[in-house]
Amino acid sequence: MSLTLNHYLFASGLLFSIGFAGVLLRRNILTIFMCLELMLNSANLSLVAFSRFNVGPEGLPNYNAQILVFFIITVAAAEVAVGLAIIVALFRARQTTHVEDISTLKF
Amino acid sequence: MSPVLFWLFTLLMLGFATSVVVNRNPVASALSLVGAFLALAALFVGLDAYFIAVIQVLVYAGAVMVLFLFIIMLLDLKAEQRRRFNIVTLLGGSIVAAGFIAELTALLSKFQLGKRGFPTLPGAKPVDDVYQVGMTLFTTHNLPLQVTGVLILVATIGVIILSRRELK
Repeated sequence: MSLTLNHYLFASGLLFSIGFAGVLLRRNILTIFMCLELMLNSANLSLVAFSRFNVGPEGLPNYNAQILVFFIITVAAAEVAVGLAIIVALFRARQTTHVEDISTLKF
Repeated sequence: MSPVLFWLFTLLMLGFATSVVVNRNPVASALSLVGAFLALAALFVGLDAYFIAVIQVLVYAGAVMVLFLFIIMLLDLKAEQRRRFNIVTLLGGSIVAAGFIAELTALLSKFQLGKRGFPTLPGAKPVDDVYQVGMTLFTTHNLPLQVTGVLILVATIGVIILSRRELK
């Protein structure tokens, strides 16, 4: 049995749902952040699969999708930096990373 | 990509991803996340996206995960102790995830285009991937690239301000 596009899309969807379940189930803010990264990466997997599936007239994959993956990785790196800075600031103020202990908006 | 390698790396990726969610120790979660990212990079190589695979290993499995481990070390997090299960979130999370998978299965079973195999690349086998990505990035998508530069600058300034100010 040869590999089809649906194999990759299904793998990507499973990865997304694992990350999504993690965001809903876990209560540690750092683990929630890691699950967010998993969800971003599942989108990358389906984009790269679509890029390889759409071979253009010159016989090359569609590189526009890979550029989008490049931008997603860049934005995710910036997001991780800002998010972790917020988590450190939150930890300094509250001494906890448990989301149920941080339930008010004001400091 | 040979199907054996696809299944191997997909199972590795999903297994490590599950272990990210299940582990109570944040350090173990972070290391499992490195494993998931490496398996994902292997899948990218199988899809002839060599540049993206290298970026994935360098930026994600390297820089981002070092940042995560550094923050875990800085905050001195221990494995969280077992708390009372919140039955609503447990139920809600499982239902939403199961519903998503069910919807995906229904959708993909009707997606006829996706049942075709991948077309073969006619050219030389290691495609000049970096050249093509670079040409597309600096010609067609030059403006988004500049905007991303501004975004990273703003993020850097934001991180400096966030970590300097005393939040009381």
